[in-house]
Amino acid sequence: MDILFLLIPFSVVLVLFILAGLWWAVDRGQFDDVEGEGERILRND
Amino acid sequence: MHAPNPSAPVYSDTVVRQFALMSVVWGVVGMLVGVVIASQLAWPDLNLGIPWLSYGRLRPLHTNAVIFAFGGCALMATSLHVVQRTCQVRLFAPGLASFVFWGWQAVIVAAAISLPMGYTSGKEYAELEWPIDILIALVWVAYAIVFFGTIGIRKVRHIYVANWFYGAFIIAVALLHIVNSAAIPAGAMKSYSAYAGVQDAMVQWWYGHNAVGFFLTAGFLGMMYYYVPKQAGRPVYSYRLSIVHFWALIFTYMWAGPHHLHYTALPDWTQSIGMVFSLILLAPSWGGMINGVMTLSGAWHKLRTDPILRFLIVSLSFYGMSTFEGPMMSIKTVNALSHYTDWTVGHVHSGALGWVGLISMGSLYYLIPRMYGRTEMFSVKAIELHFWMSTIGIVLYIAAMWIAGVMQGLMWRAVNTDGTLTYTFVESVKATYPYYVVRVMGGVLYLGGMLVMAWNVWMTVISGFSRPSPVPQPAIAHA
Repeated sequence: MDILFLLIPFSVVLVLFILAGLWWAVDRGQFDDVEGEGERILRND
Repeated sequence: MHAPNPSAPVYSDTVVRQFALMSVVWGVVGMLVGVVIASQLAWPDLNLGIPWLSYGRLRPLHTNAVIFAFGGCALMATSLHVVQRTCQVRLFAPGLASFVFWGWQAVIVAAAISLPMGYTSGKEYAELEWPIDILIALVWVAYAIVFFGTIGIRKVRHIYVANWFYGAFIIAVALLHIVNSAAIPAGAMKSYSAYAGVQDAMVQWWYGHNAVGFFLTAGFLGMMYYYVPKQAGRPVYSYRLSIVHFWALIFTYMWAGPHHLHYTALPDWTQSIGMVFSLILLAPSWGGMINGVMTLSGAWHKLRTDPILRFLIVSLSFYGMSTFEGPMMSIKTVNALSHYTDWTVGHVHSGALGWVGLISMGSLYYLIPRMYGRTEMFSVKAIELHFWMSTIGIVLYIAAMWIAGVMQGLMWRAVNTDGTLTYTFVESVKATYPYYVVRVMGGVLYLGGMLVMAWNVWMTVISGFSRPSPVPQPAIAHA
């Protein structure tokens, strides 16, 4: 089970990256008008 | 009708066309090899005593061709089409995109030559030897640069959900490929895995299951999230759900790999993690299925007349079925019966033919005419024919494998009152024969459907014309 000494810290770092990505998305307004974004692709092209 | 503005930017659709057409070509090739090996299992004389045509060498050619050549080209065609249309910008580095196309075709050809010659690393879905692995890595980095670069220069602030799925697919596959293919070369086409024993098995099946989860699931969900709404003319049923199940899916999939190693030398705690996360995975997977199917809310009547929509919706049904079956088979008690039997093969093919195959076909039937100045394929009736041939083929295939698989599992574990085994192994092989024959029939139908598609695509291309599509520009106010 020694691999856990690598896996657990690695997973914690990974989760931090994921949370950073989520924070970026919310902060940059990615989720502001979700239903509208769903409709948008039907208007283009 | 306005004259096209010569200085307006146009979408980079050449590479989209190239990938779309090649995915149809490789689909026919990969499925043909599948029918050959299915026939060899039923009638082993078809090995013909020729090493390059032997089952052992052709099987990885089949798996690599259908997953990476057919599936890979379909993903690359659609991702590069979707990212441009949803970001309202032409591709970042179109020259690099051209390298991605030719590089990927080179990988496929190298596989088609090296695998029948017997060069293999022995790792399932990662059989290609180390020089080809290096080429794959280079092509993949280029693909990531083109895709993420295009998102970086987007003119639409919001990143449409399909691009998140494609993006996760690209990043995950890069990670999986580099980690699992780590090897020490011992010759021009020979290497030894950097890992050994049960650790190698764990790395291999972390890779293998995530190849399913990210290459065959996340990537194709990206495809689904664009082409289903477009074909149905309805927005995604719940955009919120698409975001939530995306994050849940990509997190949970990473832990499911150990379900390939139940009752092996892998530690019990690792097996349990694989089982539990595989069961949890049912929820985010069905989130995707429900979202896709319910997008037809208010447009169910279109299913009566639109065969492309039937491809897309039936593919989601098979997706739902396979993502229920998979978690069930991940339960250790169930796995004790199913492992090493043809039930696993049936499960793989319900996902591969049912979900991956049909969603690709439906999406390509939307995409290809539009790449050649048309709104419809040359023959809608041929799409209908293809739909029925492939659906019946799938049902024959998986039903045969279910029956064979459960029968094998039961025969192998049957014991007499004195504790001896009731059946010899070869008796189970003999009992499986009729199901192998039915499976060939199912595969022939599925391949036949693909040939109908190839004909339809050919007729569409020669009767259409590829002209540049302008990127919509924001209106400029005149004084």
